Amino acid sequence: MAADLKFAKTHEWVRSEANGVNTVGISSYAVEALTDLVFMQLPPVGKKVKAGESFGEIESVKAVSDLYAPISGEIVEVNTALPGKLETLGKDPYGEGWVVRIKADNPAELDNLLDRGAYESLVGSQPH
Amino acid sequence: MPVSSTLLETPLVGWHAAHGGRMVDFAGWRMPVQYASIVEEHLATRRAAGVFDVSHMGRLTIGGAGAVDWLESLLTRRVSGIEIGRVRYTLVTSDAGDRPVVLDDALVSRDTDAPDGTARLALVVNASNRERVVAWLTSRLPRTGVTFADRTFETAMIAVQGPLAMTAVCGLCKPADATRIQSLGNYRATSAVVAGHPAAVSRTGYTGEDGVELVVDAGAAVSLWEAMYAAGESLGMRACGLGARDTLRLEAGMPLYGHELREETDPSAIGLDLAVNLEGRSFPGASHYAALRNHPSGRVRVGLRFDSKRSAREGDAVMLGERQVGVVTSGSFAPTLGTAIAMAMVDRDAAAPGTILDGVIRDTRQPATVTPLPFYQRDKQRA
Repeated sequence: MAADLKFAKTHEWVRSEANGVNTVGISSYAVEALTDLVFMQLPPVGKKVKAGESFGEIESVKAVSDLYAPISGEIVEVNTALPGKLETLGKDPYGEGWVVRIKADNPAELDNLLDRGAYESLVGSQPH
Repeated sequence: MPVSSTLLETPLVGWHAAHGGRMVDFAGWRMPVQYASIVEEHLATRRAAGVFDVSHMGRLTIGGAGAVDWLESLLTRRVSGIEIGRVRYTLVTSDAGDRPVVLDDALVSRDTDAPDGTARLALVVNASNRERVVAWLTSRLPRTGVTFADRTFETAMIAVQGPLAMTAVCGLCKPADATRIQSLGNYRATSAVVAGHPAAVSRTGYTGEDGVELVVDAGAAVSLWEAMYAAGESLGMRACGLGARDTLRLEAGMPLYGHELREETDPSAIGLDLAVNLEGRSFPGASHYAALRNHPSGRVRVGLRFDSKRSAREGDAVMLGERQVGVVTSGSFAPTLGTAIAMAMVDRDAAAPGTILDGVIRDTRQPATVTPLPFYQRDKQRA
């Protein structure tokens, strides 16, 4: 995984782009742990989200999981191709498998997220 | 979720862990929910074969001169007159409280007679209900004439299911045993030597596919499992966890205790009339179930087929317009069908096949069509 990513404990990743926009996706660890993905619900563009609150859902054969916003802001872009091609999440979780782009209300919130090393030690200590 | 070390384990727990099994607490047992993909395990069982560790199921044996009459007085299916080698699906009911309750559903079978000519019978019960079924039956045990033992921990149980299951199992037997297993009818059992191990072999299962369930001594489990796996791999066989077992039984429209079938369930309402033989019988609750059959009321079990892959889950409301007409008892994406399916208990006036209902999935309504069960039926011509 790329070094410029930050992670939420709830397994979403964030990459800061230009103009305060942040791309958000789901970590490869989480995708692998979920397995057998069948459905994804994404928010509309323009929706306001708060850090830590659910902005969408992902469903596997066994269970439904929430997707949590890692930062507060406005959804400015949604990967609308993704729900029809969920295998992309497994094939390219940090690229084509991006989920939404959020315009941050407060870029300082990014400092609350884990860096790559901290996230890896978090998931390394968790059994699947 | 970390799995507590106090869980019960089958003799195959080491194999599961070594082969990527994701171990979970299931009814107090440390069991694999899946190895890699539930969908792939499910489809392998439909297309070729799946091998399942079902050793967590309770295996009880009943013997002695009074064994047949005693079980006859306790089970909803007739036991008197049961032929050697016959397996019957039955309910275990009790009337110890104010009203009868369904304690479990089970398979009862009659083995070959003991050397002294007395009958030997076996019950296979759900892991979640084993302890209370054992306690209930023990409380009803007569002073003499019946022996009753819980052999769950001395034995293991392996299910081999799918269109190539019989090929895989018979390939591990000498010709005479292979021929006898091949000629077993459904719900018939025999004993045979499989991969060198004496096994009770029954043509039963919980997937909607052809296949067998094997009971062997606990010490033979790993050897039999590895032989089966080695023989089956080239046929496309996969080891399957409880996740695939659940999606397979759901497609096959089979009720699961604790979901479709509960203590207070009217068996008629979930399509289990054939599991309750009332003709001249007096098992616990017989008159209660006879009255229910004569005066049907309450909700009935239906199949729901969704247009989407998104599934309603247990406990989700089922709506007809603005009226709640039922509750989902089991639901999942169905790998063979490619859409979500569910079973639900719904009001009788909403239960006709073709009725469009809504499952309420996290505040979103998802339309579903009432569909006759089972959702999936194997092509029996193929066998």
